[in-house]
Parts: sequence; C-alpha cells; structure tokens
Amino acid sequence: MQDKISTKRKVKCAILNIFTYLSAGVICLILLGLTGYILYRGLPHISLEFLTSKPSLIHETVGILPNILNTVYIILITIVITLPIGIGAAIYLNEYAENKRVIRIIELATETLSGIPSIIYGLVGMLIFVQFFSLGTSLLAGSLTLVIMTLPTVIRTTQESLKTVPQGYREGSLALGAGKWYMIRTVVLPSAIDGIVTGCILSVGRIVGESAALLFTAGMANEVLGILDAVKPGNAGSSLTVALYMYAKERGEFEIAFAIAAILLSLTFVINMSAKLTAKILKKKGAN
Amino acid sequence: MRRIKKTANFIEKAMNTIFTSCGFLAVFFVILITGFLLTSGIPAIGKIGIYDFLFGTEWTPTSATASYGILPFILTSVYGTLGAIIIGVPLGLMCAIFISKMANPKIAKTVRASVDLLSGIPSVVYGLVGMIIIVPLVRKAFNLPDGANLFSAIIVLTVMILPSVISVSETAIRAVPKEYEEASLALGATKTETVFKVIVPAAKSGILTSVALGIGRSIGEAMAVMMVSGNVANMPGLFKSVRFLTTAVASEMSYSSGLHREVLFSIALVLFVFILIINLLLNLMVKKDKR
Repeated sequence: MQDKISTKRKVKCAILNIFTYLSAGVICLILLGLTGYILYRGLPHISLEFLTSKPSLIHETVGILPNILNTVYIILITIVITLPIGIGAAIYLNEYAENKRVIRIIELATETLSGIPSIIYGLVGMLIFVQFFSLGTSLLAGSLTLVIMTLPTVIRTTQESLKTVPQGYREGSLALGAGKWYMIRTVVLPSAIDGIVTGCILSVGRIVGESAALLFTAGMANEVLGILDAVKPGNAGSSLTVALYMYAKERGEFEIAFAIAAILLSLTFVINMSAKLTAKILKKKGAN
Repeated sequence: MRRIKKTANFIEKAMNTIFTSCGFLAVFFVILITGFLLTSGIPAIGKIGIYDFLFGTEWTPTSATASYGILPFILTSVYGTLGAIIIGVPLGLMCAIFISKMANPKIAKTVRASVDLLSGIPSVVYGLVGMIIIVPLVRKAFNLPDGANLFSAIIVLTVMILPSVISVSETAIRAVPKEYEEASLALGATKTETVFKVIVPAAKSGILTSVALGIGRSIGEAMAVMMVSGNVANMPGLFKSVRFLTTAVASEMSYSSGLHREVLFSIALVLFVFILIINLLLNLMVKKDKR
C-alpha cells in the first residue's frame, strides 16, 4: 500500500512537514530567547531599593516605586468603573434585549471598540478627558481612557459565560416567583462568575501592558502619590510601561528599562497563569 | 403586600433602565470617539486641501514654508503591515497546523501556552528588545549606517501579530468537520496532503479572518515600531528610516501647536478610517463564514 505513493509526493510531504515543525520551533525559540534575554539583562538590577524608592538626583537613587504604584492605581480605578458597566452591558445583551437589531448594533459597537488601536484611544482620551472635561494630564484621565478600551473585553467574556448558564435555571427561578433582577442576582450571575473573573484578569493584563493610550493621558511624572491623590484631577503619573519607554527611548538608560521589562514580563506570566487557573477552578465549582 | 410589590416593581424597572444604559454605552463611546476625531481632524484637512494632505510627499511642519503631506506615513504603514503579513501569516498558519494536527497533545499544549504568553507581552517590551537586538543585528547584517529602519519594524511587527494569527487560524482549522479529513485519508491521501489540500482550504475564511486581525493589529501598533523604525519622515524604503501613521501622531504630539497639532488629529482620523475599513471587511467575512 505504502509503495504506491510516488517519491515526488513523499518528498513534497516531507518538505511541508519540516516547515510545519520548523515554524512551531521558531515560535518557541522566539519566546525562550525573548524571556531569557530580558530576564538575563533585567534581573540583576532588581533590588529592594530599586523597587521601593523613587528616582532622585539629590539622593542619587533610581527606583520605580512611583511607577509601580501608578500602575496599581490605574488598574484599580479602571476595573472599578469598567467591571460594573461591562457586566451590566452583557446582562442587557443576554437577558433583557429582545430586538435582534439592537443587539446587533451594540455588538457591532463593541467589536469596533476592540479594533481601535491604543494610540487613537490615547489621542481621543486626551481630547475628551484631559481637555474637554479638564481633568488635566492625570491618572484619572488615563484610567477613564482605559475604561473605554477594556470595556469590550469585559462585555465579551461575561456575555460568553452568561450564554452557558442553562435556560432551566432562569425558568425555575422565575417559576418560583422571583423577579427578573432577583433571578439575575441570585441565579444567573453566580453561575457566570468564571467568565466575569476571567474578563477582569484579561483586562488587568491589557492595562498592565498598555502604553500608547497612557502617554498623553496619564503623563510622565515620577512622584509617589497616595491613593486619594491618584483619583484627583491633575495628578499625573507614569505607569511601568510608560516609564520603560522613557528610560529606553528618551534617556538611553537601558539597564533600568530591562529591569522594568523583566518585572512586566513576570507580571504578564502571573496574569496569564491566574486567568487559566481561575477559569479551571471556577468551572469545576460550577459543575458540582 | 402591595407595598412590597411596589418597591419590587420599582427595583425591577430601575435595574432594567440601568442595564439598558450600560448596553448602549458602547454605542455611545463609538459615536463619541468618531465625533471627536471628525471635529478635530477635518478642519486641518480643509485648510491644507485633501489632495495635498493625502498625496503630498513632503512633511515639513516646522519649516518656514510648512508642508503637510502624509503619503510617506500612509505608504510606510501599508508596506510595514504588508511585510509583517507576508512573513507572519505563513509562519503562523504552519504553527497553527502543527498545534492542531501534527503534534502530540502534550507538545501542542506547550506550544499553545507559549503563543498565549507571547500575546500578553507588552508592546514596549517588544520595542525594547527590538531596539537592543534587532536594530544592531540588521545594521551589521546589511552593513548599514543605522539599523533602525522599515525592515527592523517589519520583523518586530511580525512577531507581534503571530499570536493572533496562530490562535484564530487554529480555531478555524479545528472547526473543520472530521469527516473531511477521514474522507480524504480514505481516498489514499497522506496526512500532510489532507491537511494542506483539504483542511486548510476548508478553513479558508477563518484563516482570512486571522489575516484581517493581523492587519488591524500591525497597522495600529505605535510604541514598538516607534522604538525600532528610526522615526524619520522619509518615503518608505526597506532600509530607510521611516515613520508610520501611528508614530507620526505619537512622536510630535507633545511639542506641536497650531495647525501642526491639528494635522496630527487628521492623521489619526486617516488611521481610524483604515481601521474601520478593516473591521468592516472582518465583519463581512465572519458573516459569510456563519452562512
């Protein structure tokens, strides 16, 4: 049987096979090379002092505490606003909306939002929040810009897990006399928690990695701010990514840039892992 | 009893309104973004003239006789994206085939995990590595005075679009009915022939979707290409320092003023139109796929 396949065909298949294996190898090599190099260049510069001090010429310290705090603030403010809106929108799409055309329009809008590049978000965020609402270049303006940017992610993941909640749950709850909102709050939302948490983690990942949208909205300051200052208009601050960009491109201090890159990389890995883990754990719970 | 019903009714109505407004917020945001971009982008185009703006080859906003032609940026964005697609799509497609059809489950899992990790890495990190490794490498390999050029940008963009190309085409390949594969194998085709001549054509629309996604991602990328492309407003050449639509906006925003600043918004508007066209194509493709 095997003999009937001509040599030409065999060679052709072999070549294609080799290319397939090669390309998979290239992807893995890129990841290994990238992470290996960044950690090799970056890790030696990470120390307790580096993590807990701010850059100061007088004290001759180089630290990224302000940038770490700013990133945390931006994540907190963004998630606190985007999560309720996103979940609300997903609930509307899945539980309330009946007109197919309306659903289609909203979904089209969400898809459009998710396709817009972050540099445009940065520009529009500057126009709307920094100038029009005169919040100034501030963490608040940056966070509000990211709210619009992360909204599609939250809506999509929540909507997907709402779809997996069996229709019988809803009917059972309604048949027992529960109102629609009571039914959603006590039956639908708890069963969809895995999608909500996954959406939340994915958004955090997107926020941690975002730079172009923050450059003109959240600014480049390196001062340590308290959480209360962070939500006041006019208090600018650079996130880790923006700080990396400034150190690498504007000042040429590559060692600091690589140290920040190593931190960002580890954060990305942790976020990626936790997204997978929570999806697994919460799904199992739901099944029981 | 009646009062309870009244409050319950009120809550029901209130929640209905809240959810409805949340739902329409996304539509509102799209209108808001479009509105702001149009109102701040169109005036400058009117002042310069649409032909001079889109097809002018000179970008000298700060000279005495300022000229605002953005053809170099448009062409650079198109060439850069095209380059990334030409290298990235075959590579990504092959990798997707490997994951879904060739590899044993354990290896497939590892490769898929690496792809996921790659997709999460921030673009500035890609930019930094490109700046430190790719740029000097390109300079040495082609014996150039400076390695920050279109070629380096294409390499970085290729790596950045790979994850989305791979994961979307993998999903498309997986969605091909098993019967196709079995029928092809039963007719005597080898496994490789089946994959390339039956499964890939059957998954064509999904693969095209991944290409459109890759185009969208690479045309919108700003920070990484800003760090590796040299950022000079030249007409594009493979080994010339170039400026993309995105980097044109990002690099001059901080110090521009007057008409120069307005033009930057017009550039963003052009970029936005590009993205909308790509999204539209993507939507049409997905729709066709569903049928």
